[in-house]
Amino acid sequence: MPDAKTQPTQDWTNHILRIRNQDQVAFKELFAHFAPRVKGFLIKSGADEALADECTQEVMATIWRKSEMFDPSRAGVSTWIFTIARNRKIDMLRKRRRPEPEDLPWGPEAEPDAEDSFVMQQESQRLGEAIRALPEKQRQLVEKAYFGDLTHSEIAEETGLPLGTIKSRIRLALDRLRHQMK
Amino acid sequence: MRDIKHHLTDQLLMAYSAGTLPEAFDLIVAAHLSMCDACRAAAESFDATGGALIEDLDTAELSDDSFAATMRLIEGAPKLSVPKPRKKGVLPGPVQDFVGGDLESVKWRSIGMGVKQAIIPTQKDATARLLYIPAGCAVPDHGHRGTELTLVLQGAFQDETDHFGPGDIEVADEDLFHTPVADIGEDCICLAATDAPLRFRSLLPRLAQPFLRI
Repeated sequence: MPDAKTQPTQDWTNHILRIRNQDQVAFKELFAHFAPRVKGFLIKSGADEALADECTQEVMATIWRKSEMFDPSRAGVSTWIFTIARNRKIDMLRKRRRPEPEDLPWGPEAEPDAEDSFVMQQESQRLGEAIRALPEKQRQLVEKAYFGDLTHSEIAEETGLPLGTIKSRIRLALDRLRHQMK
Repeated sequence: MRDIKHHLTDQLLMAYSAGTLPEAFDLIVAAHLSMCDACRAAAESFDATGGALIEDLDTAELSDDSFAATMRLIEGAPKLSVPKPRKKGVLPGPVQDFVGGDLESVKWRSIGMGVKQAIIPTQKDATARLLYIPAGCAVPDHGHRGTELTLVLQGAFQDETDHFGPGDIEVADEDLFHTPVADIGEDCICLAATDAPLRFRSLLPRLAQPFLRI
């Protein structure tokens, strides 16, 4: 079997758009890819087998139910799924909800631009490649931070993550949202 | 949005994205992100890092029934309710959620010299409180054992390090002993979070500390 980590990741945006229209085939494909990863994440974060199964099902159901809220101009699909899994992890391990910033949704008449969405999906993939290319030691530190093995003061002051480009793309998307909210 | 000069550190943004901060810190980060698009974009780029990690993670085998069980969850779930839009106020949305409304819902307690505070109920691994500092008044000189975050919601204050206006967040570690003084002209309202008790230099606030929980 070829090393999965060297293969380019797929763009799942279209699947989310189909899931919005209740497309179970699209959901089944997305499930086959992401559910085992979400479960892997929850187990690494400290859940046992049964709890991880239960929470994975809830995360996947949330993806279906919240598919309308996914904004492809602001995040890649795997990023959006990560945030849902992360929030479920906080519920599960800490028995509380995660305080979230004020919402910035697109209004009923406005929609994210297709070109912006395309660029954002590409940027997310590029970030994935850049993180894969990090020196092993640094990559392990980042993983430790995300799987709950470091407190905030133990995280390196300079993370060394190549976030500049994606950050400015997200900033642009936020500016457009602010503009259409006025 | 006002031009914000003092931002969150990458350490805090990454921990917020990873979901490993105490609740009181999650709250103050969410409040700052509601006011600062620069930090919001940074926070969401840390989320993108989480997304990239989850793509490459070792997969775990699912129980046989997983997909069917998920479909049953979807079918059985009530329709998602659209959250009620919050009233625009002095308190950012996530703080209003904890307080149960804007400033009118805050139950202030005097801590002396005109300064008032209200503890926000969160889990005990860190403390969050609102501070009300009348224009021109000072919060007693104090230091901290852990990290203290102070977010300005209204007015402004000055301490030994710099000047802080609405949306600015001060990240203070154990080395800083400071005396925040509110600007003349407007009462200052802040949200503060600490992961260890404050240390006061003078005796009086130190005696009162166990009762005031600051």
